[in-house]
Amino acid sequence: MLETALKGSKKYWILIGVLFGLHGMGATAFLYQLSKGLTVTGMSRDVSWGIYIAQFTFLVGVAASAVMVVLPYYLHNVKEFGKITILGEFLAVAAVNMCLMFILVDLGKPMRMLNVILHPTPNSILFWDMVVLNGYLFLNIIIGWMVLSAERKEVEPPKWVKPLIYLSIPWAVSIHTVTAFLYAGLPGRHFWLTAIMAARFLASAFAAGPALLILLCLIVRKVSKFDPGKEAIQKVANIVVYAMIISIFFVVLEIFTAFYSQIPGHMHGFVYTFVGLHGHGNLVPWTWAFAVMAVLATLMLLCPPLRKNEKTLAISCLLVFFSLWIEKGITLVITGFIPNPFDTITEYVPTLPEIAITIGVWATGFLILTILYKIAVSVKEEIAS
Amino acid sequence: MERSRRSFLKILGISTLGLGTLSSVDLLAKAGMGKAEFAPDPKGMTGKRWALVVDVKKLDEDTTQKAIEACHLIHNVPDYGDEDNEEIKWIWTDKYEHAFPGTEHEYLAAEIEEKPFLLLCNHCANPPCVRVCPTQATWQREDGIVMMDQHRCIGCRYCMAACPFGARSFNWKDPRTTYFKDKEPPNPKYPTRTKGVVEKCNLCAERLAVGEMPACVEAVQDSKAIVFGDLEDPHSEVREVLHEHFAIRRKPELGTNPNVYYIV
Amino acid sequence: MYNKGLVITGIVIFVVFFTSPFLIGLVKSGPPPEPELSPKAKLAKQCVEAKEYMVESHMQMLNDWRNEAVREGKRIYVATDGKEYTVSLQNTCMDCHSNKSKFCDQCHNYAAVNPYCWECHIAPKEKL
Repeated sequence: MLETALKGSKKYWILIGVLFGLHGMGATAFLYQLSKGLTVTGMSRDVSWGIYIAQFTFLVGVAASAVMVVLPYYLHNVKEFGKITILGEFLAVAAVNMCLMFILVDLGKPMRMLNVILHPTPNSILFWDMVVLNGYLFLNIIIGWMVLSAERKEVEPPKWVKPLIYLSIPWAVSIHTVTAFLYAGLPGRHFWLTAIMAARFLASAFAAGPALLILLCLIVRKVSKFDPGKEAIQKVANIVVYAMIISIFFVVLEIFTAFYSQIPGHMHGFVYTFVGLHGHGNLVPWTWAFAVMAVLATLMLLCPPLRKNEKTLAISCLLVFFSLWIEKGITLVITGFIPNPFDTITEYVPTLPEIAITIGVWATGFLILTILYKIAVSVKEEIAS
Repeated sequence: MERSRRSFLKILGISTLGLGTLSSVDLLAKAGMGKAEFAPDPKGMTGKRWALVVDVKKLDEDTTQKAIEACHLIHNVPDYGDEDNEEIKWIWTDKYEHAFPGTEHEYLAAEIEEKPFLLLCNHCANPPCVRVCPTQATWQREDGIVMMDQHRCIGCRYCMAACPFGARSFNWKDPRTTYFKDKEPPNPKYPTRTKGVVEKCNLCAERLAVGEMPACVEAVQDSKAIVFGDLEDPHSEVREVLHEHFAIRRKPELGTNPNVYYIV
Repeated sequence: MYNKGLVITGIVIFVVFFTSPFLIGLVKSGPPPEPELSPKAKLAKQCVEAKEYMVESHMQMLNDWRNEAVREGKRIYVATDGKEYTVSLQNTCMDCHSNKSKFCDQCHNYAAVNPYCWECHIAPKEKL
């Protein structure tokens, strides 16, 4: 099946070339970081995690969103999703790869990464994160590949694939929950110390991931002869709007607890991120961009004509994706470190090498996605003819 | 061709496995060489729960500087100043409102407001940093010290996120090629660190192992501004001092059970 | 075979490329390493363990030393001959083998290995 990725139009090869070039730029920047150390980033003693970990946090959500098409199709026989489960699974593969890459580029000693396997530590959530992320990656690669190649040969996939598919459903929930637990159990970081952290992660994941999936389906329909189906896209859009409403509701819940209790530790994070604290506020414009885009997207998605029209739907999905990319991929993680344990503020701004590496990782993920989608679409086109 | 290719690959796989097992058996045999043994130094101090009591009334610029310098010199801690907030500090000073945030108020006693409080790793009895380390590069010893193994640290900085006291520093750059580029590390008997690992106060475990007091304690032993001892020994100096004076700890409500007490 | 010409040529090029270090070594090889003992080491006559063992296994032994000293707090090593040593690369091993560039580096450079011990552990200053 891999050979289908080696034949493509001029546009396909240009895309591959551009993504590979960006990957190369990221790799060069990473070599620079390896030689000089993480001082080349904007992280500091007070803000010891930056956009690498923040982007990983956002992408875990995108990865888990495959379950939003797999669950309805395999457990509830929603036939419309039959054509796009493979697109969801391959998106999960690309997203989990990006997660693992972001973790790798953030490590101070990446050459020692196998220590997490050589010295397993079940009391550490990071250990479990490694387990569930890698498990989910292999599950989706195996399931996606087996189901797609069976489809190509026009037979049923082997029987052992079904239990793996059923396993991938709770496993998808676990990758978020575990990632949320990374934050939600730390006694010194009041911005993250909330019981609904995992719930917030799940809700925003089930909005951002499917929104991206819709955009990818629209692109696939445009550049190939494979049509994921208007019905399927509309059903996914319904999932996105419900997930957005719940996401926004959860943020409101947090704000209520913080401000009605008036406890400084609870309030400070939100004050910093929404209006600035003690003269520091470089995340404020980002936070309001998130808030405005999120509310606008939700209103657009709630309005049936705007949701049914695929052009306005695309805009809503872009707004959903970018608003949640800001909230989970920037503000949530950085704000956790502000104020610091001494109640002073050190702000964080990513540096150029850091941004270059981040773009490189995204490009690598999209490169993997492009190749996998090319394979899936080629197979679908093949059996249609 | 199909048949023989499959059997060729099978033979290749089995022989690789076989060769692999042979060589690892060989290695295992060699590892068990000799009747060598390891033992702790008989001079070493033993305890069940090491703790420090800082008498804040005895602290001033001079005393605190002595303590900080003693620690940072014998451990080759680089002094980056505070450029870019990438400093490395095992022990430092800060004012009350930053040492005990949330407990300060507008009408603090003048003496307390201006005092330099000595801050360091609290070697908590219930340490969140140990709980989160994915490789046990930081762990809690039986004598209560929260230790660092810089050989194993992967630099994930999860422990830094978990520590509620900001006690940990990360090597964002290589101290040897930056701070120590043109000067010798002050203590040739102790290593430096390299880029990519976390470090913090180790309660001078290497000194305790040969029967010496922690460097900061020794540096201020005339004034007894810092007292060191075993909390589980009812006759230790720390227990006596705590029995006679009211002492507080940083952020006790978080349940980490810190072992550094402050007599205010 | 499909594309026989290309495949066989490819295999030949690969084999030559893969074995080139050995082929080049046959033609011109560097001198074998000659580690020089420091005066203190010569006087001591015997290392912590026998020379053959040290040459073969000092890497494993240093790993064991590291785990026992740092992780277990056991900083005294009782050698197979009963002598006691302080478990420390910097203060025991390097105290005797104080000429890193003429001793340690000789074999390491020849074998093209780059142990990162000295990124942290301070090697004694050598007289140039």
